[in-house]
Amino acid sequence: MHPAASIIFFTTISGLGYGLAAILGLGVLDASAISTRIAHVAALAMIASGLLSSLAHLGNPQRAFRAFTQWRSSWLSREGVMAVATFVPLCAGAWLSIFEGDYVMWIGVSGTLLSLTTVYCTSMIYASLKSIHAWNTPLTPAAYLAFAAAGGLALACLFAAFAGGLSRPLLVAAIVALVGAGVVKIAWRNRMMNERPVSTPESATGLGMIGKVRLLERPHLTDNYLTREMGFKVARKHAAKLATISMLLGVLLPVVLFAALLLMNPSPAVAIALSLLAFLSHAIGVVTERWLFFAEARHAVMNYYGG
Amino acid sequence: MDSEPQIELSQEVSDEVRKTTCYMCACRCGINVHLKNTEAGQQKIRYIEGNRDHPVNRGVLCAKGSAGIMQHYAPARLKAPMLRVGPRGSGEFKEISWEEALTIATEWLGKVRQTDPKKLAFFTGRDQSQSLTGYWAQQFGTPNYAAHGGFCSVNMAAAGIMTIGGAFWEFGAPDWERTKLFILFGVAEDHDSNPLKLGISKVKQNGARFISVNPVRTGYSAVADNWIGIRPGTDALLILSVVHELLAARKIDVDYLKRYTNAAWLVIDAPKAADHGLFARDGDGKPLVYDTVTETVIAAGTKGVRGAMNGRFELADGRFAVPSFQLLAEKYLDESYAPDAVSGRCGVSAETIRGLAAEIARVAFDEEIFVDQPWTDMHGENHAGYRGRPVSFHAMRGISAHSNGFETARALHILQVLIGSIDCPGGFRFEPPYPKPVENHPRPHGLPEHIGPNQPLAGPHLGFPLGPEDLLIDADGAPCRLDKAFSWDAPISAHGLMHMAIPNAHAGDPYPVDVMFLYMANMAWNSSMNTAGVVDMLEDKDDETGDYKIPKIIYSDAYWSEMVSYADLVLPDTTYLERHDCISMLDRPIAEPDCINDAIRWPVVEPDRDVRGFQSVVLDLGARLKLPGFVDDEGAALYKDYADYIVSHERRPGIGPLSGFRGPDGDKQGRGEPNPDQLERYKENGAFNSVHISMEAQFFKHANAAYHEFAIKMGFFDKPAPVTFQLYNETLQKFRLSAEGVLKPHAPESHRGQILTAFHPLPEWYQPFEEAAVDQELYPYHAITQRPAAMYHSWGSMNAWLRQIHTKNVLYVPGKICEKAGLKTGDWAWVTSHHGRIKVEVARTDAVNEDTMWTWNAVGKRAGAWALDAKAPEAQKGFLLNHLIKELLPPKGDGMRWTNSDPVTGQAAWYDLRVSIEKAEPAEQSWPHLPKTAKPEGLPAELRYGQEWD
Amino acid sequence: MTSLPKPSSETRLGLVIDLDICVGCHACVVNCKEWNTGGYGNSLSDQNPYGADVSGAWLNRIHTFEILPEGGEVIGEEGEARVVHFPKSCLHCQDAPCVTVCPTGASYKRADDGIVLVDEEKCIGCGLCAWSCPYGAREMDVAAGVMKKCTLCIDRIYNETFEEVDRVPACVRTCPAKARHFGDLGDPQSAVSKLVAERDGMDLMPEQGTRPVNKYLPPRKRTPLAASADTLVAENTGDATGFFAWLDGMLEKI
Repeated sequence: MHPAASIIFFTTISGLGYGLAAILGLGVLDASAISTRIAHVAALAMIASGLLSSLAHLGNPQRAFRAFTQWRSSWLSREGVMAVATFVPLCAGAWLSIFEGDYVMWIGVSGTLLSLTTVYCTSMIYASLKSIHAWNTPLTPAAYLAFAAAGGLALACLFAAFAGGLSRPLLVAAIVALVGAGVVKIAWRNRMMNERPVSTPESATGLGMIGKVRLLERPHLTDNYLTREMGFKVARKHAAKLATISMLLGVLLPVVLFAALLLMNPSPAVAIALSLLAFLSHAIGVVTERWLFFAEARHAVMNYYGG
Repeated sequence: MDSEPQIELSQEVSDEVRKTTCYMCACRCGINVHLKNTEAGQQKIRYIEGNRDHPVNRGVLCAKGSAGIMQHYAPARLKAPMLRVGPRGSGEFKEISWEEALTIATEWLGKVRQTDPKKLAFFTGRDQSQSLTGYWAQQFGTPNYAAHGGFCSVNMAAAGIMTIGGAFWEFGAPDWERTKLFILFGVAEDHDSNPLKLGISKVKQNGARFISVNPVRTGYSAVADNWIGIRPGTDALLILSVVHELLAARKIDVDYLKRYTNAAWLVIDAPKAADHGLFARDGDGKPLVYDTVTETVIAAGTKGVRGAMNGRFELADGRFAVPSFQLLAEKYLDESYAPDAVSGRCGVSAETIRGLAAEIARVAFDEEIFVDQPWTDMHGENHAGYRGRPVSFHAMRGISAHSNGFETARALHILQVLIGSIDCPGGFRFEPPYPKPVENHPRPHGLPEHIGPNQPLAGPHLGFPLGPEDLLIDADGAPCRLDKAFSWDAPISAHGLMHMAIPNAHAGDPYPVDVMFLYMANMAWNSSMNTAGVVDMLEDKDDETGDYKIPKIIYSDAYWSEMVSYADLVLPDTTYLERHDCISMLDRPIAEPDCINDAIRWPVVEPDRDVRGFQSVVLDLGARLKLPGFVDDEGAALYKDYADYIVSHERRPGIGPLSGFRGPDGDKQGRGEPNPDQLERYKENGAFNSVHISMEAQFFKHANAAYHEFAIKMGFFDKPAPVTFQLYNETLQKFRLSAEGVLKPHAPESHRGQILTAFHPLPEWYQPFEEAAVDQELYPYHAITQRPAAMYHSWGSMNAWLRQIHTKNVLYVPGKICEKAGLKTGDWAWVTSHHGRIKVEVARTDAVNEDTMWTWNAVGKRAGAWALDAKAPEAQKGFLLNHLIKELLPPKGDGMRWTNSDPVTGQAAWYDLRVSIEKAEPAEQSWPHLPKTAKPEGLPAELRYGQEWD
Repeated sequence: MTSLPKPSSETRLGLVIDLDICVGCHACVVNCKEWNTGGYGNSLSDQNPYGADVSGAWLNRIHTFEILPEGGEVIGEEGEARVVHFPKSCLHCQDAPCVTVCPTGASYKRADDGIVLVDEEKCIGCGLCAWSCPYGAREMDVAAGVMKKCTLCIDRIYNETFEEVDRVPACVRTCPAKARHFGDLGDPQSAVSKLVAERDGMDLMPEQGTRPVNKYLPPRKRTPLAASADTLVAENTGDATGFFAWLDGMLEKI
């Protein structure tokens, strides 16, 4: 699948935003701290910019309001509905924190639940597509949720560090979430690499009873919408390298850094520096992971295009 | 739950439907052109569909026809007459008025006509008005006229007409309804495009067997029940091996042979005599047979005669003669024609050849059909019905475009005749005006005594020589025509040798010309062998005078093809929807076996540019040059334009370009006075006219009295013209005798070997010349082109829709060669012939003869041509095989320039090409890459055709 | 709307494509483009029509496959690869994922005849339906920013301004090889249903669970010519004498 920048940006930044919002909703950060107030603004800004960027890839963004209508069947519509709904507790929670320095648990927790639900909806857009075998697994929502949680906790650590309140439980939670995300992602990728896609050129053409099917000539020789959108191919070696990088930066390095913080008694400056580094590393890792999520996924239609 | 949107389901497609004839290829289907107004009030083409009533396509329409809208509106259309201002090839022109253009052309042509008319070479490409252009050239007086048949498929035409009085091409068709075994030789997309598809579909739906003999298994071959992936150039071996098997198994139709062929004609057996191998004839020139009833030698065709088909009989002069069939049987029964003997050379297993012969025999004789329809033959004998041998064949350039293609085509016709399947139910059927005996075709004209300043040529340019006495050679034996047609080089080149016109004019051999006038022939690209060489010839200047060696080139085309940039004067033609045309019985008709058809094109939309239909321009030039037949006694133009000519021209009294709606009341068919209302009547009738042939006249047309009566009524001929199928060909034997030096005129020493190799009264296979001339270790493989179904030669790349299907071509290489050369799909390779080399992208295929690589024909384009961006894949990656194919054979060391053509007909031997292949570095551009010609401007970045009606 | 409708009738209009007859000529492809660019909804635009990166929206395309007889039944001449031309357009699935994923309700399946359509007024051009379709039946029109797909020529098949015989999709009407058939696959007595039954018509990618309406007829079984090799009784042809004796006999009989 074509790794469109707008979609990679959207899933990464909104995932981090919702992750942060979810952690904020749990009230683990000091609601009155300046950094927590900034965290609320940052979470909303990340979510909003992610959603806006997702509009950028629409053919007719001016009609986007229509996307709220089909929540009964469409995960994309559900995502839209949930995204809007989630803004209510998140904005309320942000208002309370920013202007009142307060935290109200039922508002916060509902924000947490809705944020995670929105992330789940996003992930199910992909996971529900049988046409893309790599995505069509419960591991996809698991990975999205795990990365949202890990990213949210990493950010929470950073903001807590700014507030001087970087607690051990928070660090432990971040480490656990990161490791969890890593484990889920490795499982996801192993499945993709090892499982034979359900559809083959033989099943796509029904000609398997004659023999092995191979494309001789494309219908039209230049690229078309389908091949541009779904025919993206990344070299196996290149992908393996990027997958390693995504794990190193997205999981391993942040875990090491957070573990270091856990083991030492850091000064606030060191805590901020290492948390920031951990978060940035994680963010780059997630971008890489998302790029690969699209780039490596093979669409069933490529059975017709020799891809 | 929302409700479903309301959709308007019954909108009118268009404001008006105009019916005309397609010209996206040479198939000439009927089309309905739907015109619809835009909101701005502009009339545009909404949709083009096949005309259900039309006898050619019966409603269907191919990809090309369906893309007519994009052809019509293509930016590559020429807009106005142009005069060259930059050097040739630069594409730099200035637009001029028609008056200026026609004045210049008249001056150039007039000077030639007043001094030496043969200094005009007039060649037309995919012209469908040869009856007019040929007539014009004849009235002009130049011998140098032909259309493109010489590099197209003249072998099919010549072999067919000389053997059975008709040909495959579009002049005959299998009896699709009744055939039970259909065998297709060497046909990708070809004549006839849609009828072939309709027919193959019918055959398959009827449960009949379809066998394709073709090195490549795409297109029609892909759906064949059996595919025989033969090695190119060996089809005659396969066919004659089948003949061997049929003779050995006694599976031939003796009654049919006796009635309709020259099997019993006596052939003189007098070695070293000037008439050895010719037919014994009586005083009236009638061939003789040995009558087994009276045991005398009498004229063939005498009532009640029962001609012996074998034996040795004494003639009145004491010499001996044998029936031609005896020679045939002895020849092909020889073990050298056995499947095991030919299998290796053909690349086809002996079992497959035997199976092929067995299936032909089984279907022809065990599945014989009988159509209850009394009919009478030319001898007055009544028959209760038509006996059918339901085995049918079709073949085109795959077997034709070889230096042995004439013999191959003849072998195939002989096979058809032996099983009695010509023009019978279930077999191959003639499409009128065929069959027509070869004697009824004209002899060629162009001898020095036929030519003179300001005088017409003494007769038609093209025709069929019946022996060396009919050649167009001067007293020294030198060719009279620029292309050397009808010379010892190519004695029966019935369609001329267009592919030699530029090389010969450039070399001044046999003489230079002053003006070259070309129509719709892309000679600077895909319609020439050795393209880069031909481009050099067009650009080459005389060192002394500084003039181009071919001084003046006038070119007419509708689109900016590669050739346009090489013209000095460009006469822009219209698109096919803006013009008058007639698809005439005098030309290349669209008749079907059961009906006579002709058709028109008419301007269903008006040109929006300063362009004129070429035929109207030819008439205008004819009038300006005051050519007889184009002006009246006062020197005034006889015809206002082509439409006027179509209606009022009479070739013979009562016979004009169109056969329908003749006579003052428009109620006469075939013969009748001109009818001023004729075109309107055609338009009302869907742009065509169709006359049904009665069942009594539909079969055995070569010998059917009712058919001949009908044909005379229609004006095809003035007296009955039955055809006796020529298994044994006397004309070819005459050339042998000339080459042996026993019959005058004697062939020159230089040509004797070639004539003895290629001319045989009974067809023989010989090794294609290029294969014989090159080291087969160095060039072990074949490389051929196929026409894609969605693109007709070079008529498609300017079409925004069609070009998306074939934006570039790659070379398909058999798996075995890929493995040997280390090639895989997407690699690049150097392909080398004895003449040159090309660098191209390759793709692997296994559905192909293991020694043969192939590509789609003429998809590669020169940068800048056809109003395509110079970076277009057609120009960057597309390529031509033409660069590998030389118009001349490798030198033999005899000092001669031997053309790369069939030595009998001059058919360009495109498919004789031999190559080697080796892996190349990856590339973004094929090689050779000729410099950019012309600079297309103002190309739209996006098309939203039809959005105006949203 | 996006939910699949409860069919209001058994009618399931669709195409039956005969792979045994399709010669890959692209007639259906181009005629489809020609009809539909001026027909239902927005035009089918082409980008860089005369440039290097030409591309456009098409609703029907023909792929060409080569099939190597590995592990399969060898058909035709032994050991030889075959070519199959393969036209492909929307299969109007009964369980159409492209309908259920649509967030706006633009993509819908008609209850009356099962045709899957896009209401272009509602389409936001998100492309998700194209992602969900395993067959590649949907293509975005880049100019209009809406999804295009085969409508089964809905503006032809019910068009009362047409003669009855012309009320078929453009691809069916134009197909020179008659490899395309249109009809009601919900009616077991229809001509298309019978054809499917006779010829073992098949679904593409049944494992995707889409239950396509369109069916493909597989290439028919073939018998090699070599199987007939021994049926032609050849007589001793050491010399032609025997042949001529036979010939004389035949001539006597005539």
